[in-house]
This record gives sequence, structure tokens and C-alpha cells, in this order.
Amino acid sequence: MHHFIDRRANPKGKSLGNRQRFLRRARENIKERVDRSVREKSIGSGESVPENGEKITIPSKGLKEPRLYHGPGGNRQYVLPGNKDFVVGDTIDRPQGGAGEGGRKASEDGEGDDEFSFTLTRDEYLEILFDGLELPDLVEKATVETETIGTRRAGLTTAGTPNNLNLVRTMRNSLGRRIALQRPTTKSQRELEAQIAELEELEERSPSQEQVLAELTAKLDGIKRKRRVVGYIDPLDLRYDTFVPEKIRNSRAVVFCLMDVSGSMQEREKDLAKRFFLLLHLFLTRGYEHTEIVFVRHTHYAQEVDEETFFYARETGGTIVSTALEKMKEIIDERYPPDEWNIYGAQASDGENFGNDSVRCRKILTEQLLPMCQFYAYVEIVEESAQMLLDNTEAGEDLWQNYRQVKEACRHFEMQRVSEPGHIYPIFREFFLPKVKG
Amino acid sequence: METAKTTTTPLFDGPEWTFELLEKARDAIETIALGDLGLDVYPNQIEIISAEQMLDAYSCVGLPLMYQHWSFGKHFARDEALYRTGRQGLAYEIVINSNPCISYNMEENTMAMQTLVMAHAAFGHNHFFKNNYLFQQWTDADGIQDYLAFSKNYIAACEERYGFDAVEEILDAAHALQSQGVFRYGRPPKPTIEERRAMQQLREAYEKGQSALDIWTDATLGLKRDSDAQDEDLDHSERRKRMNLPQENILYFLEKHSPVLEPWQREILRIVRMLAQYFYPQKQTKVMNEGCATFVHYYIINALYDQGLVTQGALMEMMHSHTNVVMQPEYDDPRYSGINPYALGFAMMQDIRRICEEPTEEDREWFPDIAGDPDWRGVLRNAWANYRDESFIQQYLSPHLIRKFKLFTLTDDETHPKLVISQIHNRAGYKAIRRDLAKQYDLAYIEPDIQVSDADLKGDRTLKLTHKVRDNVHLAEADRDEVLKHLRRLWGYDVKLDAVADGPH
Repeated sequence: MHHFIDRRANPKGKSLGNRQRFLRRARENIKERVDRSVREKSIGSGESVPENGEKITIPSKGLKEPRLYHGPGGNRQYVLPGNKDFVVGDTIDRPQGGAGEGGRKASEDGEGDDEFSFTLTRDEYLEILFDGLELPDLVEKATVETETIGTRRAGLTTAGTPNNLNLVRTMRNSLGRRIALQRPTTKSQRELEAQIAELEELEERSPSQEQVLAELTAKLDGIKRKRRVVGYIDPLDLRYDTFVPEKIRNSRAVVFCLMDVSGSMQEREKDLAKRFFLLLHLFLTRGYEHTEIVFVRHTHYAQEVDEETFFYARETGGTIVSTALEKMKEIIDERYPPDEWNIYGAQASDGENFGNDSVRCRKILTEQLLPMCQFYAYVEIVEESAQMLLDNTEAGEDLWQNYRQVKEACRHFEMQRVSEPGHIYPIFREFFLPKVKG
Repeated sequence: METAKTTTTPLFDGPEWTFELLEKARDAIETIALGDLGLDVYPNQIEIISAEQMLDAYSCVGLPLMYQHWSFGKHFARDEALYRTGRQGLAYEIVINSNPCISYNMEENTMAMQTLVMAHAAFGHNHFFKNNYLFQQWTDADGIQDYLAFSKNYIAACEERYGFDAVEEILDAAHALQSQGVFRYGRPPKPTIEERRAMQQLREAYEKGQSALDIWTDATLGLKRDSDAQDEDLDHSERRKRMNLPQENILYFLEKHSPVLEPWQREILRIVRMLAQYFYPQKQTKVMNEGCATFVHYYIINALYDQGLVTQGALMEMMHSHTNVVMQPEYDDPRYSGINPYALGFAMMQDIRRICEEPTEEDREWFPDIAGDPDWRGVLRNAWANYRDESFIQQYLSPHLIRKFKLFTLTDDETHPKLVISQIHNRAGYKAIRRDLAKQYDLAYIEPDIQVSDADLKGDRTLKLTHKVRDNVHLAEADRDEVLKHLRRLWGYDVKLDAVADGPH
């Protein structure tokens, strides 16, 4: 009795259970590293989470599999292969790190190091970071998709255009062919030529030398002929990279980060805002193939800046919030048509605004921006001591009061107050929990 | 042979394999393996798997039916990273010591490789599993798949019932003591699967039937509850006898005598030690097992070629792979990582054949029993059946091979500032090198000798372990302390590990 069984169609990822147990085991460490990597990252384009996963190195403490085995020291013998010139009684210096053990001890528990590196897939990374949060139904339904044509590598071919020539493969083939067909090398040709030249220089040649000369010349001719026949690079050797076009379904999102950078926004406030923006951006990268990010800062006037300037440059001036909203509108009109882009707005401020500008803000939001946005979040950063404000959502300054009216009118507008980093995750979670159940 | 070469057509031509071709190749291999080499094998079950499935199997110590544990996930993460970055290839096959003998072949293999792999695993390893005395005496090839399925389900059920953390804690601790979970010299009679299941059901039923109150009254009223728990007023020697002390199998001891474990926890310890015991023969026969399989595939592919059943191209491909496998880098080569069991095993098998067929004077002197024996197949089969690495090397490593490998012994005495070359491949050194090399494969020597020496359940309940220190080689301390923590968890009370110097070994 014997048989063959084709198991290839069996469900994949059999070790998924093991991996989940492993991630669960190391969860605390992984979470810490993920959080740290988030902090160190810039929000900006593409860098946040690589497509093919994030390499994570965690301390292997807690992941060790201890065993009882012999440590170094003591008196022992090793039998090794490949003696060259040792004779009995020779001594050699003790190699550093106890070599000669043939790796036996080191492999006992698999890891010699204190660190364990592995790759978290992008999904696992975001999963751990967001710990179960989901894109709300509201947003998912309204995503906008477009299709573009991209190209994808598709192996090697023997025909193609010179710009796609794969040099490494071509040269490898050429070398193999030259070895197989025993193409004489340039060096051997030169040597022969030198010998012939030497003989030819002689004024008088003995008959034997004549004969040698004739032989050499014949040989040289042979070599030359063979070199001509067996070319250095033959059309047979050529290999070209090929690319095939591929349809790529794209869903694109743009995140507008709006922040008040007037004097009242200090390091602490900016740091909190940065965390919020970062989370939002990472979170959206999960739902969309392509996300862009636009930074708009404002004092009494607004401007679009790069990330570095956004968070770290200092600016003085008054505070007119509506300028930022107008700027955002302007940029959308210019670059991000709402029928191609999913637009998200996130605004951070300390809640101060000039005169009755807040009413204007409300108008711009409800009439112009919100109809175009998938979601708009407003985060007010308050003093750590302002417990009263945190507890009471009704209390607040002009801007807060006006935004409350906006919230009542629009479901996809959210607002929260934060005072410390610990608040960021919870409010973020609150924002993105599905609002409509059933 | 010569005529066959011209009349037969090759089994296959080209790299692609199909199931029909695999069948044909398998039949041709079988004819040679059974008819010519006289192998005796379990029925084969050959499964084709993808690279990812191979990685899965890799991380679970080669057993796809293994229960789930985070450490396998960790190994998978590491193997996967190495594989994806191209720093480590995958094995062409994995073979399981079971009846029928299951071998897993990678789908990426070319037809030539599938042929090689079948000869290697489905016949070489298979014959070794079925005939070697260690496997015959210590493993249960008929029952292993059932037992694996049972243990996987059991552990999954425990996780559901008692939570991941509780199960993980026990498994971690049990894994830490896995090498101390085997009987080296003898074992209690083995219960069958049915008996095992019945025993476990009995245990569980008993546990369910007992409330905390029952246990309390049992103990206070002096009712006989379990013979293990009853060691009233026993003196030291009586107690040791009752508990089978000294006991080398620490997991077995804990399973039977730990005062704090629940029945399901004991069952998990049992599963871990059963699997450790199952793998124990493999650990002792790496050189022989691989040597046997490599010799068999080498012989078979050459025979296939001689019969004109494989093309020259296929032979070249197989030989290329074969040469890679049996490469032995020298000690000062950056690739050196110990003696390659494939290289040593294959060389020794070939050498035995040589000694039978073309013995030199030296061989006649060293191996009077086999030198010139006309039946080299029988000699090899006998060696495969009746030895393990240590005894095999001690018996069969010839001066010829010692010279070929240029073996030398390096003595590393911590009291000396330098390493000393104590033996080289000359007349004076052959015996010593052979002995030293054999010792390197003696698990009783390379694994620490640790035994449970005493446990006074009526007294302070300290578990006393003794490590017999040979040649002044102590345990690696950091790991030792970690393992002791695990041990304390399983025992529930204090644990002491004493190092006692052993006499000269």
C-alpha cells in the first residue's frame, strides 16, 4: 500500500494559531515598541508603515525558552575535521567566545542574543496600534475609488528593448557560455602575441625557432578564429526585464492637518496635536491604498507648510481660525476634487479665537467644508489643570460653542478635549467607533 | 545492465513532475530498494506540500499535527524571516516516523529532486525507522499520529476550559524540562491509546466527582484516597522506594508526585514527555539516520542511471544536490558549524561497503569481522538495525576515514591557558579519536545528568535534585535559574539543585 496525497490545497496559515499565541505572549513588548516607533516616525508621506510590514525588535526576555545544558568551562575534548599541520602537543590560543563547540551550545535555545527581531505584517502592526478600532461604516460606504494602470515586474525574456537589458543575467549567461565553449581569453592571446613578437624580433632564427614561430602563428590564428566564432556576448545571452501593465484600484484619501501655531500653543500642545494627527493618518492608511497629508498652520493668517515647519517652527501673531478653513477649501478646490479623493479634516487648537470669527468658522464648515469631507475632527487642547472643562462639554469659549452647533447639525463632525497624551487613544477610539448600530 | 541501458527509456525527461511520473519513479525506486538493497519499509504515504506549509511544519518540530504553542510561532517568525531574506533554504522533505511512513515533499522540487527525495526519505529514513532497535523499542510508529491528534485536541480543550495563560504556563514549564522528560535506560510498560483515553477520562471523572470538601474529609478521616498521597511515617529509604527515587525523568516524577498539579496539568506534562521520548531515538541517531538515507539515495540514483531510467542531466542535478548535502567544511572554514551528520554518516556507510568489497591490510586488522564480507548489504543492514551514533562510531569509524577527514582532538581544560592538540590522525591517535568522537554523540554524556534525589512530602516538601558534574562542566547558570523557576511552579514548593562532582568518567 502506498499513495501520494496532494496537500497543497489545504488551508494555509496552519501556524497562524502559533503566531497569534506568540504575538499575544509578546504583546506588551510589541506594543511598547510599536508605540515608540510611532512616536519616532514622521507622519509624512509613505514613511509611516511600510507596505510589506514593519520590522520589530523586541527584548527576548520572556520569549526565552530556557533549558538545562552544560555551560562553558570544565575539561572537555572536541574532535574537529581538517587538520592541516598540527602535531600532538601543539597549543593554540583559546578563541574568544568559546569557538570549537561547533555551535552546539549556541543553538540550544535558538537565540544567543538578548533581542529577537521579526517582521510584523502591516496589518498586525496597525492592529496592535489601534487595538481593534475600525473604520466606521459611515466612512466605508462613502469611499471613492478610482482605477489607474500601473506596471508590474514579470520575469525575464529573451527579447526586449535595450533599456530593459538585465546586465547581471546577461553577463552570467555570457560567462557560462564562454566557459562551456572554451573561448580563449584575451590574456592567452596576448601571451601568444608576445611570444611571437619576441621570436620575430630575432634577426636570425634557427630552423627550430622558425618551426616554433610557425606553430605559434598557427595557434594564434586558431585562437583568433575561435574568439571570432565564440563571441564575448552572443545574442543568445541577452536577457531583458519585462513588465506587464496591471490595473490598480485606487482609493485615495487626503488628510488635512490644521493647527493653531500662535504663541499660546506650546511644545506640549503641539506634541499632543502631533499624536492625534499621526494616529489619524496611520489609521486612514489602513483603509486606503494611498493617503496624502496636507499641513496647514495658522495664526492670524494661514499657510500650507511642510511637516517640519508645521511642528517645529515658531510663529507669532493673533489667532483667526477661519483663515485655516479657507485655506483648506482653497487647496481642495485646487488639488483634491472631492469625487476622486476621500477628504479628512483634523483640527487642533487651544480654543482661542479672535472676536466673532468663530461664527464665520461655523458657516464655512457647515456650508462648504463638511459636505465635501468624509470626516472632520476637532481637538481642543486644554491645560492639564482644566478639569472643569474636561468634565463639562457645555462650558467653553466662543469657538467651542460654535463647533457644538456644527456637531449637532452634522454627524460626521466630532469634537473632543484633551489635556494629556493618555487621552489621545480614547478619544480617537470614540471618534471611530461606529455611531449607528444595527 | 549494458543492454538495459540501450533498451529502456528514461522515466522522465524535464523538470516538471506529475503524479503519474511520481508513481513510476516510486515503483522503480522500490524495485531497487527492496529487491537489490533488501530494505524493509513501512508503507509510504507521500504528501506534496507548498513552501509555506513546509515552513509551518518546520516551526512545529516537523510534526504538522503538533499542538499549538507560542514558541512554535516564534520559530516560525524566525525561520520565515531567514527564508524570505534568502539566508536559509528549506528542506526538500520532512519525514515522520510513523506507520504508514509519512513524508512531505515540496512542490517546488523538480522531478529529479522528487526522485532523490523519495529515495532518501521514503526508503532510506523509512527503513531506518522501521528497523533500528531504538525506534523499535522506544517509539510507537502505529500510534504516533493518533497520539498527536489526541494531544492537540486535548491542549486546545484545556485552553478553552482553563484559559490560554494557565495552559501556557504549564507548557512553558514542561518544555523547559523536556530534555529531562525521558527515560534513558528503561521505562514503564506503555499503555495503548484506548487505555490512555480511558485513564484520562477516569481521572477527570474522579476529579469532577470530588468537591473540595471530599478532599478535606479524605485527608482528615484518613481514608485511602490515592496511594501516591499516602506516605505516612515512611522513613527515608522507604519513601525513596515508593517514589522510584532517584528518578532521571523529572517530568514523569512531577506528573506522578507533584503535590499541586491538577489532573489536566499532569496530562499536559505527560504529553510533553511522551513527545520528548518519541524524539529521543532521533536525537541519538542523527549520523546513522542521515547516513543511511543518504547512502540509500546515492545507491539508488546511481542504479537508476545505470539502468537508463534517469537521464544524465537528472543525474547531474541529483549529484549536485547530493554533493552539497555531504559537504564537510574544515574546522577553520567560516562555514564550519560542527561535524555534518550527513557527511560523516554517508562517508561511514560508503566506507563499510569499501571495507567489505576492497579491504586493505589495515581494514583486516581493524575489522576482522566484516573485512572482505561478500554481503555488504547485510553488513550495513545489521549496522543500521543494531547501533546508535555513539556505538556505531565506536564500532565502525575506520583509520581510513579518520585520515580522510583529518580528524584531530582538541583538549579544552579551563585550568590551562591554552587549548592543546591531544590527538591527530596517526597510528597512535586512531583509537583515541574514535573514542572521543563517539563520546561527542553520547547523549548521556552531552546532556547533563540531573536526577530527582528526594522529596519529603510530609516534611518541608522541598524537591531535591542532584546534578552529577562530570569533568567539572557545570550548567549554564542563567538558563538553569530560569528552569528552576519553572520547576518550582510545577512542584509548588521549594526546589534545590545540588551539583555533585562525579568520579572520573
